[in-house]
Amino acid sequence: MVELAARKHVQFILSKAKEKNSYESVLMEHIRMNGHTGCQHDSGGFGGNIGHDPHILYTLSAVQVLALFNKVDVLDVEKVANYVAGLQNEDGSFSGDMWGEVDTRFSYIAICCLALLHHLDKINVEKAVDYILSCKNHDGGFGCTPGGESHAGQIFCCVGALAITGSLHRIDKDLLGWWLCERQVKSGGLNGRPEKLPDVCYSWWVLSSLIMIDRVHWIDKEKLVKFILDCQDIENGGISDRPDDACDAYHTYFGVAGLSLLEYPGVKPIDPAYALPVDVVNRIILGIKA
Amino acid sequence: MGSDEEEQWVPLRNRPELSDVIPVQQNDGPNPVVPIAYKEEFRETMDYFRALYKADERSPRALRLTSEAIELNPGNYTVWHFRRLILEALNDDLQNELGLTENIAQGNSKNYQLWHHRRWVAEKLGTSATSEELRFTKKILSIDAKHYHAWSHRQWVLQALGGWEEELDYCHQLLEEDIFNNSAWNQRYFVITRSPFLGGLKDMRESEVCYTHNAIVARPENESSWRYLRGLYKDDNLSWVNNPQISSLCLEILTAKANCVFALSTLLDLISHGFQPSQEFRDAVNALQTSDSEQTDSDVAKTACSVLESIDPLRANYWKWYRSKHFENA
Ligand SMILES: [Zn+2]
Repeated sequence: MVELAARKHVQFILSKAKEKNSYESVLMEHIRMNGHTGCQHDSGGFGGNIGHDPHILYTLSAVQVLALFNKVDVLDVEKVANYVAGLQNEDGSFSGDMWGEVDTRFSYIAICCLALLHHLDKINVEKAVDYILSCKNHDGGFGCTPGGESHAGQIFCCVGALAITGSLHRIDKDLLGWWLCERQVKSGGLNGRPEKLPDVCYSWWVLSSLIMIDRVHWIDKEKLVKFILDCQDIENGGISDRPDDACDAYHTYFGVAGLSLLEYPGVKPIDPAYALPVDVVNRIILGIKA
Repeated sequence: MGSDEEEQWVPLRNRPELSDVIPVQQNDGPNPVVPIAYKEEFRETMDYFRALYKADERSPRALRLTSEAIELNPGNYTVWHFRRLILEALNDDLQNELGLTENIAQGNSKNYQLWHHRRWVAEKLGTSATSEELRFTKKILSIDAKHYHAWSHRQWVLQALGGWEEELDYCHQLLEEDIFNNSAWNQRYFVITRSPFLGGLKDMRESEVCYTHNAIVARPENESSWRYLRGLYKDDNLSWVNNPQISSLCLEILTAKANCVFALSTLLDLISHGFQPSQEFRDAVNALQTSDSEQTDSDVAKTACSVLESIDPLRANYWKWYRSKHFENA
């Protein structure tokens, strides 16, 4: 089997971070945002850039980046937490911003963000959990709103939010586990919905969900490792969605994160619910110093 | 953008209506993705946008400027945000928004902002927007029948504005085109459980079992149709086990000896809920054993699990677990 070309991937990511005007530069936005809080809005939320309007997506990115660098204390934590908590609706769901769009992605983002800030007390957790459960389908998966099709990305968000709030006992893990392990296709890769093509980024969404519900041994892990490694560009670095496609920062991140969950030798462990390194989560959530 | 429009484009600094505006240049951060050819046009447009946005000028010229900025970069959240503020302030005709968003969809229909905006507009227009929104989503789904944003929007339209009457026929039409389309199966389930014109899951069950039976016989390897069938008996395991149509469907597929994974798993599901398999089932399952399956077990469920382990090797551990959980005494 080919090995992980770790050094090449680091070079690839660094080169992408320098390149302005590239597709990746947009994705690298939050990485560069590190260090300055100029994107913080009066409301307490964060925008995608200085002077941009706040949205819950950028707010979580900002908190995650600061958490990664142990700099959360530069924030007005109370203000950020109030902004996020203010996005909760009467039925327990969350909107992404003042315009009110609702999606279980926002439930995850809000819960993850508030947990990192130690402020889950600011929202009605019980109602938030009930709303997520109302988006559960008969196949065991979750969609973006009640009745929405099961989708691996939405499942990650819902399972992640339930894991963080200690509510995983409220779902049928066996049924969901079977749906998730059906996502593995012959090549070893995982897809996000039935009959879709396998994709490295879904190895993260599906795999992390399987780990959170303790059913990861139901898939063929070795074949999945091989699939991810086959998506590497050995010469120039980077990982793509499928073997022989063009590499980008997004799939490189999810490929390495997937390998981390698969306990690939030499890759630092990552927390499946927070999508942050385990030592960072231990430091923030459990108060354990590395 | 057509070449006509390109020729007509007038630099903003030469437009009389903007002569009093002092453009504000971007101070930091990355530049968004724009085709190289529009770079200069884009930079200038955004500089003028920033000026009006900073001044919070909710005027017709600001509205026009947001159209241009959106067409150049539909991914900029702030421009859409400001556009809605202007529309609210001006009480402008929202019909224009439908054309704008449809144009953007032609470039990239996976843009979150466009759907968000569309939804905001439809909410304001109310039931007069129903047929237009159903047409628009249908158009997107005719290009990508599993488009997650389009399905999500369509479900919202049905629930908020109505238009359920022909939705079941629409699902049927999509399943005729592609019987594996999980999104269409999901929508079908959405309709039979939520449409105010149908009597709900129980009333629909009989006809839906027939429909799904035919779909499964046509393609027994279809995960979606089997899951749909099971979903028809959500929270009603007793009816699931007692309906002979379900078990005989399993037998029919098992006897044909091809693509048996879901027929076997459904049989196991039935047995684990109390179904008593007859000799016919035993014979059908035994006949599926391959040379590398374990030796015949007197227990049909255990045999079915070993067959699954060998014909579905990626999930061998799942089937091993299934056997030990349901059919082995601890
Ligand atoms: Zn992907």
